[in-house]
Amino acid sequence: KHWSPHGPSPCPDELRLMAAPLTLLLIVAVTIRAVLFRSSLAELIPERVEVVSPLNAWKRGSGIIMMSSYLFQTPLIIYFFHFVIDYAEIVFMMADALTAVALYLAVKDYNKTVFRKQKYALEAERYPLDCLELIRTPKEMYYIPLKVAMFYLLNPFTILSCVAKSTCGLNNAVIALFILCTVKGSSLMSAIFLALATYQSIYPLTLFAPALLYLLQRLYIPVNWQRSSFWLFTTQYTFMYLGSLCVMVCLSFFLLSSWDFLSSVYGFILSVPDLTPNIGLFWYFFAEMFEHFRLFFICVFQINVFFYTIPLSIKLKEHPIFLIFMQIAIISIFKSYPTVGDIALYMAFLPAWNHLYRFLRNIFLVSVVLLACSALFPVLWHLWIYAGSANSNFYYAITLLFNVAQILLVSDYFYAYLRREHHLTHGLYLKRKDGSEATLVLK
Amino acid sequence: MLAFILCELVYVFVTADVQETNQVKDAEGQTHAVEEERQWEATEVETNLSLTDTPSDNEADHVQTYDIPPPPPAKYKIQEAAEEERRDSLETNIVDVPSDKVAHVSDTKKTLDDPPPPPEKDRFQEELVIRPLHSGDTYARNKGKEFDLKLYLVSHYQLFPKSLGQVILKFSVSELHISFTQGYWRTMQWGQPFLLSPPGAELWVWFQDTVTDVDIAWKELTNVLSGIFCASLNFIDSTNTPLGVGNVTDQRFLRSAVLPREIVCTENLTPWKKLLPCGAKTGLAVLMNSEKFFHSSFYSQALHITPVCQVRCMYIQSSDVSWELRQTLNVVFDLHSSGQEWSLFKMFSRTLLLTEACPLAFSSKVYVDVTDNPQVSNLTLATPLLSQAVVLEDRRTYSVYDLTNQATFGQTRSLNMLLRWRAAENMLRPLLHGERYVAGYGLQKGEIHTLVYNHHTYRAFPVLLLDTVPWYLRLYIHTLTAPASVATTNPVSYIHYQPSKDRLQPHLLEMLVQLPPNSVTEVTVQFERALLKWTEYTPDPNHGFYVGSSVISALMHSVVAMDTNSTQERRFSAESSYFMWVYTEPLLVNLPTPDFSMPYNVICLTCTVMAVGYGSLYKLLTRTFQVEELGIRPFQCLLRRKQSIFCRFQWGEFTARRGSRSQQAVIYL
Repeated sequence: KHWSPHGPSPCPDELRLMAAPLTLLLIVAVTIRAVLFRSSLAELIPERVEVVSPLNAWKRGSGIIMMSSYLFQTPLIIYFFHFVIDYAEIVFMMADALTAVALYLAVKDYNKTVFRKQKYALEAERYPLDCLELIRTPKEMYYIPLKVAMFYLLNPFTILSCVAKSTCGLNNAVIALFILCTVKGSSLMSAIFLALATYQSIYPLTLFAPALLYLLQRLYIPVNWQRSSFWLFTTQYTFMYLGSLCVMVCLSFFLLSSWDFLSSVYGFILSVPDLTPNIGLFWYFFAEMFEHFRLFFICVFQINVFFYTIPLSIKLKEHPIFLIFMQIAIISIFKSYPTVGDIALYMAFLPAWNHLYRFLRNIFLVSVVLLACSALFPVLWHLWIYAGSANSNFYYAITLLFNVAQILLVSDYFYAYLRREHHLTHGLYLKRKDGSEATLVLK
Repeated sequence: MLAFILCELVYVFVTADVQETNQVKDAEGQTHAVEEERQWEATEVETNLSLTDTPSDNEADHVQTYDIPPPPPAKYKIQEAAEEERRDSLETNIVDVPSDKVAHVSDTKKTLDDPPPPPEKDRFQEELVIRPLHSGDTYARNKGKEFDLKLYLVSHYQLFPKSLGQVILKFSVSELHISFTQGYWRTMQWGQPFLLSPPGAELWVWFQDTVTDVDIAWKELTNVLSGIFCASLNFIDSTNTPLGVGNVTDQRFLRSAVLPREIVCTENLTPWKKLLPCGAKTGLAVLMNSEKFFHSSFYSQALHITPVCQVRCMYIQSSDVSWELRQTLNVVFDLHSSGQEWSLFKMFSRTLLLTEACPLAFSSKVYVDVTDNPQVSNLTLATPLLSQAVVLEDRRTYSVYDLTNQATFGQTRSLNMLLRWRAAENMLRPLLHGERYVAGYGLQKGEIHTLVYNHHTYRAFPVLLLDTVPWYLRLYIHTLTAPASVATTNPVSYIHYQPSKDRLQPHLLEMLVQLPPNSVTEVTVQFERALLKWTEYTPDPNHGFYVGSSVISALMHSVVAMDTNSTQERRFSAESSYFMWVYTEPLLVNLPTPDFSMPYNVICLTCTVMAVGYGSLYKLLTRTFQVEELGIRPFQCLLRRKQSIFCRFQWGEFTARRGSRSQQAVIYL
């Protein structure tokens, strides 16, 4: 057998061994950010439309905090910054570090679960014999949590987002904590963090389904409509989620003693009144939209974000963590005001799907396109806004390409995941009926 | 040096309570009648008339017409800005000019009710003020008219234009000010104008407190006025109507808006002329030649309707209120081609001769400013009727020509005069002056700089800076800076900021700024330019978007107002302090534009990307992995077997070939 029977068991020595690189990584990450905060780039980066959106721009937000008026930040975060406005840089660095650590622990725990499941499956001899090379080894899984943390902390997108003091970093931290709590099986905390993430920007609502699936799986409750235990837990989790959401909304109401924030935050997210260019698909589309079709297309585009939840949950009900990844990616592509910080969060998960690499079809093309687009954003922005030698179409074209690349990336990972699962049940080297080597197609 | 002439035409309509006289040329008799009338009825308490005892009533009349300038909206806003005491002093000083006849009102109300009200006579007076400006311009203040009208339930219009009377009644307007201005008044070169107005169109209205929905009334009123004046006032909506502190004071009945984009031309002048009782047929209005007027450096026409009443004008619906309509026209003629010489013919037109006063006018006068000792020679009259008049807090000397006197016209039966003047050596510099510009490059962000000058040599005073910025410039209010000078540590002592709401409400920024003596205070604020929907751009989007002038207003003490450099001039000695305001330039800001030819392409391309996303996920969600088999899959075909003979044929073909294992035709159904 090619696989070792003992998993990455958490013995103290090993923990200490792992903690050292993580600490080093954190130090490096914080140093980079601190240096950038002190450099002249700290003035430039918050102006970049790719990095900040009207929803999370510090410049807008801080102005609002100063004038204690309303804008598109949720009341709780404004209240939070009342206290820490002088330590904003530290808060944003800590948020990034927290996200990284949370992701690190979550992925570590998740890997353990995956490994245990794989072991049981192997012992039950459920895998076809030719699939042994698909089996994940502890050796390759060992560094995955560290890689995830590194992918998040050292991703230029995260660094830019942090230096721009985009509140996107805080939202990411909340989502990371939510994932951690879910993976750890703490349903209450998971519900609270999910509610907090939803409160911040509606869209994480779609993460409710994967979290519920994961917790059910963890408690060995099958997803079965006839089972009372399923309904009991679902009701319980829903209640915790809605309850904490209610508490947050009511807290905001008591802070402001008006409901205006609902329309100014969520109305702003959903109706897309601000057409400041960003890396998403909404701004130019709705700037050029005919007035009488606007409402229709806003509905279509917003439904599109939530639309995939149910089919994805059905398809991936055995793999909730991958479902979370898919959902985060879909949100960050199709949300109304995306920034590079959102992309950084789902990109941090890519090392966790290392084992899918052999099934990825166009990873090279997609990475090249993503890199090229990232470089072209500032160039074309400059040509349009400052040099005046290009127009809005140039920047728009790049956003289109960037989004196509992201879509291809995500669907590629989805394809690879499904394909690996298929191979794990049907064998890696499939044969046609006539015995010749077969190709696998989607039908 | 450029030569400019300012000419100002003011028409003042005042209700005359005289019954027996139609047009009294004798000023003496008129005033007596007025006195009599007031004692009998005591409804007219305009300070105008209360002073008209002396034979030289020209002067007194004149003073008063200038004394009550219609305050701009900013004036009311200074009230909330300044502290309580200041507010009181302001109100007593400015708003309530006639404030001493409380007892009279209550008395006379009854007496009014008992006898049927006598048919009121409107009074109409016209004036033309001509003044050489210091940079050489001549400012012809073609001073308009002033009506007073008592609006009874069934109105009887004599001189007061019916169209405006109906507007006042219908919309329960208590005060209305509207101005159309082409060009920018250069305060530093031309000095203080008589009446300021910002470039473009400005409208501000106080509604009576009987109006239930002010916003609807405002919307309708702007549309009506837009029709009356042939102007695009219908573009006034909530996005350019700033709202001050909402329900705190009476300010919820105040609405004001500025349209800096408005272009003023002949079509605005014609309806304005039609409001005059004599039209443009006779009187001073004869001179109104639009061809000349719109070749000028500055053109401003305005119309002010204010109630004139005894106490505080609180009960506007009550019948003891009369209305004053003042139409003014300010034109600055550029006469540099003709040197420093000027005549009526040259300035206006040779064909339109001033031959008589409007027969309906109570008084009709031409004032020529001779303070700086230019040589005036009346071409038609040997001896000009020289007299002195005080105008706008400046003691200035005018020669006055009374048009109601036939002798003025002399033999030729038309009035013409010639004026030569030397270059002015020292002008009374305006103490307060404002400038504004946009800094920065690119279409992403920018910075508005407002410079406020205090030219007083030793006195510091506070000013209120009022800015209304459209929503598509997103002000970063935390970047607001006003660099502290040596004298003051923090020049801005008060800020009121009302953030904008996208497509609903503009930014409103008010600041109380302390100006050190002889200083420039620079207030800067950064903004970001928004990308708009393609339908929200103007037809010429690359021309840029206008941002209205900001208003700098101050309460000047008369001691402060005294310029120490030219001590011979002392302004406004009668009052301890007076209110003044200046407008800055409007701004022209470029916004990023989308490609207007692209809507179909953009819709197609973005939808394609969405479809790529949807399609790729849909494919993965609905399909399963299968080993690709060559040949026809029988089961799919079986499903359709009933429907298609072709399918049956293929099925047969497939079974036939099955044994031979031929792998030629790969047909997917």
